[in-house]
Amino acid sequence: MAIASLMPTDQTIVEFDVRTDEMLVNMGPQHPSTHGVLRLVLRTDGEIVSEVVPHLGYLHRCAEKIGENVMPIQFIPYTDRMDYLAGMNMNLAYSLAVEKLCGMKIPEKANVIRVLVCELNRIASHLVAMGTYGLDLGTFSPFLYAFREREMILDLFEEICGARLTYSYITIGGVHDDVPDGWLDHVTQFLDYFEPRIPEYHTLLTTNHIFVKRTANIGICSKELAIQHGCSGPMLRGSLDRRKNDPEWDLRKVEPYCDYDKYDFSAVLPPFDMAPPEAKLGDCWHRYMVRMLEVVESIKIIRQGLDRYKTAAGSHRIELPKHLPAGEAYAESECPRGQMGFYVVGSPAKAQVPLRVRARSSSMANLSLAGKICEGCLIADIPAIIGSIDIVMGEIDR
Amino acid sequence: MTATEIIATLDAECGSKIKDKKTDAIDPFIVVEPANLVAVCTTLRDHPKLRFESLNCISGVDYLEPDPKKVAKAGFEPHVEVVYHLCSISLRHRFVVKVLLPRWKDDKPGELPEVPSLVEIWPAADWHEREVFDLTGVMFGGHPGLYRILLADDWVGHPLRKDYEFPLEYHGIRGR
Repeated sequence: MAIASLMPTDQTIVEFDVRTDEMLVNMGPQHPSTHGVLRLVLRTDGEIVSEVVPHLGYLHRCAEKIGENVMPIQFIPYTDRMDYLAGMNMNLAYSLAVEKLCGMKIPEKANVIRVLVCELNRIASHLVAMGTYGLDLGTFSPFLYAFREREMILDLFEEICGARLTYSYITIGGVHDDVPDGWLDHVTQFLDYFEPRIPEYHTLLTTNHIFVKRTANIGICSKELAIQHGCSGPMLRGSLDRRKNDPEWDLRKVEPYCDYDKYDFSAVLPPFDMAPPEAKLGDCWHRYMVRMLEVVESIKIIRQGLDRYKTAAGSHRIELPKHLPAGEAYAESECPRGQMGFYVVGSPAKAQVPLRVRARSSSMANLSLAGKICEGCLIADIPAIIGSIDIVMGEIDR
Repeated sequence: MTATEIIATLDAECGSKIKDKKTDAIDPFIVVEPANLVAVCTTLRDHPKLRFESLNCISGVDYLEPDPKKVAKAGFEPHVEVVYHLCSISLRHRFVVKVLLPRWKDDKPGELPEVPSLVEIWPAADWHEREVFDLTGVMFGGHPGLYRILLADDWVGHPLRKDYEFPLEYHGIRGR
């Protein structure tokens, strides 16, 4: 009798079993899966994310303003600290812009050393991307293997320039020093050790059932969307399709610098033989796979570079002019994360310092897409998508 | 396509809207008035021979010599430039478009000069324009959310202006 009186008499009252309100979730800036100090504000409805707004600037260090106040050669160490996982490539990107402005012609030997160290750095950077991506998705062991191999590359860099992270080795006009005795043999030894280990990573991660479940068909980014947002690097190439005759958009191929056109390698473009049936073009799995296969191409380039070094002519470095000429130059190069561009404006008054240095960050363009591709995904997929973009906040915030 | 051919194609399409062109620069560029920017950029994106699908970079450059003793030798009049670096992925060519602006709108210090936003043409412009607004101090008319992107929301001034003065303190933190 008492129970019956508690039942609603009005039949229009409808009961919901689970009611979810819209909730704002703040992810970061101190969050292990945001790869640095990125803050994401998620608008969630239960487990579904309806909006992602990235907030940047936690690592802003006014690198562009510093560039206006120091000579180009003094700015090289600051470029290391932008993308700290690929310092060599960043040194090269800035050097290329200043050399374009000054109209310098770099000797063959310097170019060969540049290609060698840049490709080694690309391998190191992609290893970190692979290892930390595993961490994001909850597997720890690939990270240990990736860092074991990366450590050897850092040892090679230590031997060549003394630094393990912030190299400042490539400078304007070439490279800082010639390679030390025996270094080339050490590189060969490393490659002989490293190459047979790549299939191990594929067993550990690429074909891992859980990994495929977490990455395949998640965070799909179409080719048009990627191009409109200025994406580049693995982010763009993961969305291109060789079967549809999409361009091989790798700057080393389409606009070769440092004599990359003389090396035999191919740009990595889907489709991939190893693709699981559930993977779709442009998803997290494809972006990850582009990086893994680029490592193999880099090994090819380094092996050719080692042979080319023996016959390379010229010096490892040439003098740079005392004053920057008037005018402006914009140069882009293919960094591990995408196209890194530097825009250098020389002062008409022939000053030693440039009037303006602008860094076009590849990760920033890639990240600007995050809001679009995260729409409608689950909260648990956010680390998977952000990890697959492979951002370095130092480069985005500068 | 070389830069000369790009400029010739543009000339035929919307020649009256191009204010100036420089073909002997390292990266040849054209200069357009802010009012014509959207029309020229739409042509650049949609013309079948140009097809610039990708906007790679927007930079704001402040041309000012802050030292009064060096003004005579500076070699430029004080102004602000907004530089757009474009790239065509399908046709594999690059091009540069510039907009020249006064340092302050109507010469009133503090009033930011204005250019139309290109977000409708290239979504990539969104964050780049916010950054140029934040650091160089240029307004982008029609931008959907022109907030500071790298600096704090309550920051005063635009640091990449040559006459920018670093604040003495920020929320109790000593500046200099």
